[in-house]
Amino acid sequence: MDFNTALTILIDGLEFSSYLFIVSVGLTLVFGVMKILNVAHANFYAWGAYMAAWLIGRWTNMGFSEGSTFLMIAVATIVVGLVLGYLVERCVLRYMYERDEVVTVLATFALFLILEDAILLIFGVDPYFADQPMFALGSIDIGGITRTVYGLTMIAVAIVVGIGLWLLLTKTTWGRLLIAVIHDREMSISMGINVKRVYIVTFILGAMLGALGGAYVAPTISVAPGFAVDVVVLSFAVVAIGGMGSIPGAIIGALIVGIARAIAVHNFPQVELFVVFAVMAIVLVFKPEGLFAPERSRKI
Amino acid sequence: MNSSRDWTVPGLTIGLIAAIILGMLVPDWVLSVITISFARALAVIGLLVLWRAGLVSFGHALYYGLGAYTVALLGKYWGVHDVMLLIPAALIVSTVCGFLLGFILRKYREIFFAMLSLAFSMILYGILVKTESLGSTDGFNVGAPTFFGFKFEDVQDNKIAFFSFLCVLGYIAALLVHYYLRSTLGHLTTAIRDNEIRVEYLGYSVAKAIHIKYTMSAALAGVAGACLALTLSQVDPDSMVNWTASGELVFVTILSGTGNVAAPFIGSMIFDLLRTYAFEWAPHAWQLIVGAFLLLIIFFLPGGVWSVIARIFGARRKL
Amino acid sequence: MSDQSGPLLETRDLNKTFGAVTAADNINVTVVPGEIVGIIGANGAGKTTFVNMVTGYLKPTSGTVFLRGQNITALAPRQITKLGMSRSFQVPQVFLTQTAFENLLEAAGIADAMNGISALKPLHRKPLLDKVDAILKRYRIDEYRDQETSTLPQGIRKLLDIAMAMVSDPDVLLLDEPTSGISVEEKFSLMDVVMEALQEEDVTVLFIEHDMEIVERYTTRVLAFYEGRIIADAPPEIALNDPEVREFVIGDHKVGQHQAHGDR
Repeated sequence: MDFNTALTILIDGLEFSSYLFIVSVGLTLVFGVMKILNVAHANFYAWGAYMAAWLIGRWTNMGFSEGSTFLMIAVATIVVGLVLGYLVERCVLRYMYERDEVVTVLATFALFLILEDAILLIFGVDPYFADQPMFALGSIDIGGITRTVYGLTMIAVAIVVGIGLWLLLTKTTWGRLLIAVIHDREMSISMGINVKRVYIVTFILGAMLGALGGAYVAPTISVAPGFAVDVVVLSFAVVAIGGMGSIPGAIIGALIVGIARAIAVHNFPQVELFVVFAVMAIVLVFKPEGLFAPERSRKI
Repeated sequence: MNSSRDWTVPGLTIGLIAAIILGMLVPDWVLSVITISFARALAVIGLLVLWRAGLVSFGHALYYGLGAYTVALLGKYWGVHDVMLLIPAALIVSTVCGFLLGFILRKYREIFFAMLSLAFSMILYGILVKTESLGSTDGFNVGAPTFFGFKFEDVQDNKIAFFSFLCVLGYIAALLVHYYLRSTLGHLTTAIRDNEIRVEYLGYSVAKAIHIKYTMSAALAGVAGACLALTLSQVDPDSMVNWTASGELVFVTILSGTGNVAAPFIGSMIFDLLRTYAFEWAPHAWQLIVGAFLLLIIFFLPGGVWSVIARIFGARRKL
Repeated sequence: MSDQSGPLLETRDLNKTFGAVTAADNINVTVVPGEIVGIIGANGAGKTTFVNMVTGYLKPTSGTVFLRGQNITALAPRQITKLGMSRSFQVPQVFLTQTAFENLLEAAGIADAMNGISALKPLHRKPLLDKVDAILKRYRIDEYRDQETSTLPQGIRKLLDIAMAMVSDPDVLLLDEPTSGISVEEKFSLMDVVMEALQEEDVTVLFIEHDMEIVERYTTRVLAFYEGRIIADAPPEIALNDPEVREFVIGDHKVGQHQAHGDR
């Protein structure tokens, strides 16, 4: 393997890890706080992508510059996260808090089916292309290989999201409430924390992160029906490897999955998916709770 | 409790006879739908056993796929088409694989059990979609089955024969699982879900009990997959091995209810009718209809269809 | 089957440390058949750790446990149950979504499967059903037979928990605070039922207890724990008047006065 290939794999892997991290950290946050493994998280991703692609198309048609299309990515993230996140939590999930964890997973699977088709009904079956933001930034030469600047900004966005979450959780009162709930839900309730409110805010935040992942990826792909199905299990793999409910775990999980897949794609394309899940299985076999499982209070 | 008589065995027997007769009378497309339903029901019986112990596998499509691909590959590369060879082969492959993975999975519970089983099934999926000799994403066709070397001239007759065979298979499986669930070992389901420490102190290994249940469910799902492949005359990774196929099996389990071994047959038929009509009525929104239906079941009928049947017949049988 | 001559239960130099905390410090205890041993000590003195180690739930850091001369230190709880030692729990460990009857029936089924008879026989069979009804009567909980255990009062759950531990007809039974969580008025009636039933079944009993009146009334011997050590091992009238025991265990209260220690 020459230097250029290695560099390509590294950058590919980092870009892929970045958007996996953005999506997965939302999933892991929701699991940590609410104990819900949200299959429908992939729908936020898909909706974010569709919304961004559609908005970018409208926006450029209205005559605005390519550079300003980034605004539409932000709008799509916020709209999808707020509206869809709010609706899902209020209409379905809040009735599931007393139910079995696995039944709740099934309810989110139902939501996944519903929201998948709702996309088709609203956005139609034809693919969307919205590569204006990518063109706006052009490309750059790194050590002899040409990369789009847009792809590299994805890494920056992931870093910003990571630092932002870290600040939110450690430096704000609300973040400390959240950590208290992750650590011990019963104790938090008895201490007078309004857990229901923490839930809805967390869920909307998680939904926004999912939508951001999709909205930011939209310009680099053709947004077509069913493209989010793989993201469900890939982000599951990330959080399972990292430890469900752990934010550092999501970083490590995303890096492992992203880079492992990049290596596979470039060298052994036939094992692309296999590698991801083999890693997941190996990690789970040796560390059932993942690499960075958050410490829980003892219940006995 | 069980003061009321248990009607499961006579009920299943009547059901078997009725199903075979019905299979000869109904139109082709209905027969195809019911055959698919009954094939899936075999896998759901296995998930029922796990569900009662509080375990939900989001990866049973692994065994579905193993069974289906065993049949498909035996047909393609060795020209084996007889059910008397295919079904036992699928059974052995899935049972052995389930038994081996069981050593790992028996240590896991709740969401971790679901996730690890998902990972295992996705490994098989990852292999299948990328391997040309295994048909890649398109899969490949499966020839019509023969019975003890005999094959009906008429295609439809052959389908009826296969359906009848499947009914008998389902009957035997349901009876065996029914007797299992009535035994001491079979009763170690709710007990495990409620309190593992107590089960251990009473003198039984929880891990062993779970291992047995898991292997059973793997065997059933393998046979189900084999039957499905023979019914659809094809195998492909997306509809049989992907995580959505596992999700579908869990869906049908909760839709059926875990009250009785007969429930999966009824629940599975309702699922296929729902899907068929939803697809007919709204080709782009059938998943939406199915998903909404699933939500309604979770909210308003947590005991599944069986809880309604049990209420109608007045017998609140836990068995 | 039991070897009547030697000790029934014996621990030799049993040690257990959790990090820097010593929960068991060279515990040497020998119990002979027919004894009723009260285990006393403040919270954190190592009583439950002792029971957990003897019954296989915790492995000692060092030391050995013998049951009828057989080394059982490395065995799992279920294997120890099979050899004839059982236990109850401070917080009753029952199958909460099932009735008292179903709880005992499953216990009886497992006990039966243990004796070499197949676990694949139907659970609802006459000998087991009769056995369970007899147990329900013996522990005076037959009126709660068909009630889901999650709805039972604490005292009844405690009795059920003990009854389940006894289904396998053990030779040794360890009770972890049988009267914790029970009101003062009910404690004695509960212990009367338990002790009467246990005497019928001819079982050697060790039980953890905070109430010195109960210890005084029901035991033949007392083990007093303090910081992981046994500071007294004697008949109750001697042990309970031991100055060390009075200082460290009873907290210098008069014998028989109720303890201030809360039960967690």
